[in-house]
Amino acid sequence: MSASLELTLSPAAPIMTTAPSRSYWLVVWRQLRRDPMALASALILLIIIGAAVFAPWLAPADPYKASMLKRLLPLGSPGFLFGTDELGRDMLSRLMHGGRLSLLMGVVPVLAAFGIGTAVGLLAGYVGGKVNMIIMRVLDVFYAFPSVLLAVAISGALGPGMSNSLLALTLVFVPQVVRVAESVTTQVRQLDYIEAARMSGAGAFSIIRVHVLGNVLGPVFVYASGLLSVSMILASGLSFLGLGVKPPEPEWGLMLNTLRSAIYVNPWIAALPGALIFITSIAFNLLADSVRSAMDIRR
Amino acid sequence: MNQTLQSLAPVQDRGGPAQPLLVVRDLKKRFAVRGGLLERPRKFVHAVDGVSFSVPKGKTVGIVGESGCGKSTTARLIARLLAADHGSMIFDGEGVEEYGGIRLKEFRRNLQMVFQDSFASLNPRLTIAETIAYGPRVHGLPKAEADRLARDLLARVGLEPEQFGSRYPHELSGGQRQRVNIARALAFNPRLVILDEAVAALDKSVQAQVLNLLQELKTERQLSYLFISHDLHVVHYISDYVMVMYLGQVVETGPVERIYGHAAHPYTRALLSAVPSMDPDKRTQASPLTGDPPNPINPPGGCRFRDRCAHAHPVCEARQPALICIAGEPAHQAACHLNDPRSGHPAAVQEMQP
Amino acid sequence: MFAYVLKRLLYAVPIALGVTVVSFLLVYLAPGDPLNAIAPADAPEEVIQALKSAYGLDKPVPVQYGLWLLRAVQGDLGTSIASGRAVSAEVLSAVGNTLLLAGVAAIGGVLVGCILGALAGYRHGTWLDRVATALSVVGVSIPHYWLGLVLTIVFSIWLPWFPAMGAGPGGSTEWLWDYEHMRYLALPALTLSVIPMGIITRTVRALVADMLEQEFVTALRARGLSGLAVFRHIAKNTAPTVLAVAGLQIGYLMGGSILVETVFAWPGTGFLLNTAIFQRDVPLLQGTILVLCMFFVVLNLLVDILQPMIDPRMGRG
Repeated sequence: MSASLELTLSPAAPIMTTAPSRSYWLVVWRQLRRDPMALASALILLIIIGAAVFAPWLAPADPYKASMLKRLLPLGSPGFLFGTDELGRDMLSRLMHGGRLSLLMGVVPVLAAFGIGTAVGLLAGYVGGKVNMIIMRVLDVFYAFPSVLLAVAISGALGPGMSNSLLALTLVFVPQVVRVAESVTTQVRQLDYIEAARMSGAGAFSIIRVHVLGNVLGPVFVYASGLLSVSMILASGLSFLGLGVKPPEPEWGLMLNTLRSAIYVNPWIAALPGALIFITSIAFNLLADSVRSAMDIRR
Repeated sequence: MNQTLQSLAPVQDRGGPAQPLLVVRDLKKRFAVRGGLLERPRKFVHAVDGVSFSVPKGKTVGIVGESGCGKSTTARLIARLLAADHGSMIFDGEGVEEYGGIRLKEFRRNLQMVFQDSFASLNPRLTIAETIAYGPRVHGLPKAEADRLARDLLARVGLEPEQFGSRYPHELSGGQRQRVNIARALAFNPRLVILDEAVAALDKSVQAQVLNLLQELKTERQLSYLFISHDLHVVHYISDYVMVMYLGQVVETGPVERIYGHAAHPYTRALLSAVPSMDPDKRTQASPLTGDPPNPINPPGGCRFRDRCAHAHPVCEARQPALICIAGEPAHQAACHLNDPRSGHPAAVQEMQP
Repeated sequence: MFAYVLKRLLYAVPIALGVTVVSFLLVYLAPGDPLNAIAPADAPEEVIQALKSAYGLDKPVPVQYGLWLLRAVQGDLGTSIASGRAVSAEVLSAVGNTLLLAGVAAIGGVLVGCILGALAGYRHGTWLDRVATALSVVGVSIPHYWLGLVLTIVFSIWLPWFPAMGAGPGGSTEWLWDYEHMRYLALPALTLSVIPMGIITRTVRALVADMLEQEFVTALRARGLSGLAVFRHIAKNTAPTVLAVAGLQIGYLMGGSILVETVFAWPGTGFLLNTAIFQRDVPLLQGTILVLCMFFVVLNLLVDILQPMIDPRMGRG
C-alpha cells in the first residue's frame, strides 16, 4: 500500500483529512478474537502442534524404546503417564512424536493441493474455452471416485510409505481445489474491472496477479481450511490400513492399528491415538468455521 | 502536466485533422446460442450485423438504440475486447494488428473505455490511486511517476487526491466512481474514449456534472468520444453526431441537430416522440412504437423494422434498405425505403433536384 | 426433458470410460511389474513368461486395457490371483454386503440428520440448536474408524450387547434378515451413519432456518396456515436438496466403507479391496475399483436426472 503512504507523507497533506480505509484483515482478526469457539480451538491446536513440534525435547522417553516386560501398562503408571503400548513403549512420547507425522500428513497434502489447485484453476478459469473444457473434463473423471476410495486405491497401487500417501492425498484434493478456484476465476473474469484491465494492454500474468489472484485466494483458502480435518482423518486412516507410515514410526493412525488387539486388555490405551485425531480434527473444523464466518462479514 | 507524462505522451497524430480518427466498415459479430443434443451451436444471435461509421477527430459520436440493438457489442468490438467475425477498423489511417499497423498494446493507449457499472469496473481490493496508476505502469511508467500521475488526474476530475487517493471503491459514491473511471481512462492519454452508458446509473444532477467534466476534458485534450446511451436527452446534449441502431444495424446517422430536428427513419422518429417532453402542451397519448422487438436470432427478412413500422409496405419485406443520403446533407443517412425515390415505396420522396 | 436425460447420459459416458482407464492403470502406478505378486522372485525365465502370457501381461498396455474392458462389459472381470475364483463372483457377493451396510447407514443417518436438522432449524439459536450443531460437527470431524473401535469397546466389551466383528455367526457371509444378523449389522451401520448424519443435519438446519425467515412463510402464516401445513411446505422445498445429498452420500459410503469394514471385519467390497491391495491381486483390485466407481457414477447420474424432476425450479441443468 505504498501509494497511500506516499500520499500521507506528502508535505501538502493536512494531517487530519486522510481517511485510510479499515484494513479488511484487521476486522477479521478482531472478529476472531471475540469468538470463544475460535479461541478455544486455536488454543487446543496450539497445544497439540506445540507438543508435536517440540516432541524431541519435551517427550519424557524414547518413543522407540521397547520393553517386553512393560507392555500395556495402564494410564497413570509410574514413569509412564499415559501407559505403554503393545511393545512396552511410552505412550505419551509416542503420541507426541506421532503428532508430528500425523499433522504433517494432514497439512502437507492440503498445502500442496492449495498451490497446485489454485494455479490450475486460475489457468482454466482465465483462459476459458477449450483449455478449460479439457481440464475440467479430466478432473470430472477424478470426481467420479469417492475420495476415500481414490486415496486408498492410489496409495495401495503405489505401495505403503509416507511419501506415497502424501502423493495420493494430494492427488485426491487437487481436483476439489481446482473446482473452487476455477469457479471463482470464471466469475471474476467476467467482471468489468477485468475488462478495464484488459483495456490497459496488460498481459494475462499481470492481470491475474494484480486483479484476479486476490479475489480467488480468499474462497480457495476457506475451502482448503475445511479440507484440513478431512486430510488428517484420511491420512491417519491410510496408516490405519497399513498403507501410510510404516512401523516402528509413531503415527496416530498406525498406532490405532497396532493397538487394536489391545482393546480387550486395555481399551483406554488403544483408544488414545484416535482421540487425539478426533480432537485435532474438531479443532481444525471449528477454527475453519469461525474464520469462514469472520471473513463473511464483509461480503 | 506534460512533465509527468513523459513516456505516456500521446501517439502522434498521423493523418491530420481531416482524417477521421476511427473508421469502421461492415462490422459483424454473432454469438452462438447453445442448443441441441451435443451442445453444438445451431442458432446465432446476430448482435452486430454490418455496422459502418466513422468518428471525426475532436468530435463526439452518440450511439442510441433500445436494449439489445448491439450498441455495447459494437463498443466492445471497437475496444477489441471481442473479436469481430467480419469487418475492418482503421484508426487514424492505420489498421490494428495488421501488416504495418499498430500493435495491440500500443493501440490500447489510444482507445479507452468507461463502463456503465461504476462499481464493477473498479477492483474492490485496490485503492483508487492504485487503480489509476495500474495502466501507466503496465506501459512502463515508473511507480513514483505513475502515482504522481494518478494524483494529478484525480485532482483534474475533481477528487481531492489527499482525501480520495487511498480510498476503496465502496467508499465512494456512484458519481465519484465514474470520475475515477474517467481519470483511469485519461491516464493513458488516449485519443478516443468510449463511454458505454457511462452516466446511466447516476442521478440527474450528478449526470450533469460528469457530462460537463467530459466536455471540458474533450476540449482540453483534443479527445473524441463515442457516447453510447439510451437516454436521448443526454445524447442530444453531448453529441456532435448521432447514430441510431436497431437490431444490430445502423438505421440512421447524421449531425445531432439534423437527427433531432429532421429524423428520416420511422424508428428514429418513434424513439424521439417517445421521449417525454417537459412541455405539458406536447404530451401524447398514443404509443409511437407498436409490437415487440423481433427475436434477434431470427430477424425478419428485408427491413428489420417493418413489423413495427406504421409505413410498412411489401417492398420493405422484399429488400433491405441501404443507408442513403438524405436530401441536403451528405453526412445525414438513413436506411429506409421512404427516403429512396427509386425504392418503389408509394410514399417515398420524389426525385431530388440535382 | 428427454433431451436433458439423454444429454446427461451422453455426458456420463466419457466419464465412465475415464473411470475404467484410471481403474485399469492404477496398478501400473507402482514401479515394477504387477507380476511381482504372482511369481516368486527367483522363478526361472520361462515360468515368468508363461505366467505373463497366462495373465495377458505380455501384451502392450493399451491392448491389455482393451481386452480387459471388453471382457468386463460382458461381466468377466478376470480371475483373482489369491483365491483363484472369478473376480466378478467375489465382487458381487461383497457388493451385496457393502450395499446393505451403506444403505442402512445412509438411511439411518439421513433420517436422524433430517430430524435433528429440522429441530435445529425450527429452534434456531436455542440450546437444541446448539446440541444439534455440535452433533453435526462431531459427525463430520470424527475419524469413523476410531468411532468404530470406541463403539466396539463400549458395546462389545464392556456391555456384551453386540458382536465385535463379522457379518454373521461363525464368520459366515450369507446374509439373512434375522435378529442374529441384525446384531452384527448394528455397530458397523451405526458407525458409518455418523458421517451422513453430520452432513445432513448441517444442510437441513441451514435450509430450514433460511426458509423460515423467508417472506413467503410469514405470508403463509398470515393467511392462517397451520404449523403442520407450513412444515409440509418446507419439507417439500427442502426435499430435493436432501435427496441429492443423501444419494451422493450412499455412493460415498459405498466407496469409503473400507475403513469401517476393516474395523468390523465386515465382508464387503472395502474388505476385498484391502485384501487385494496387500496381496497385490491385480485383477481383483482392478475389478473392485471398477465396480465401486461405476456405482458412484450411476448414482450421480440418477441424482442428476431425478433432481429436476422433484424440484421444478432447477429446470434443465
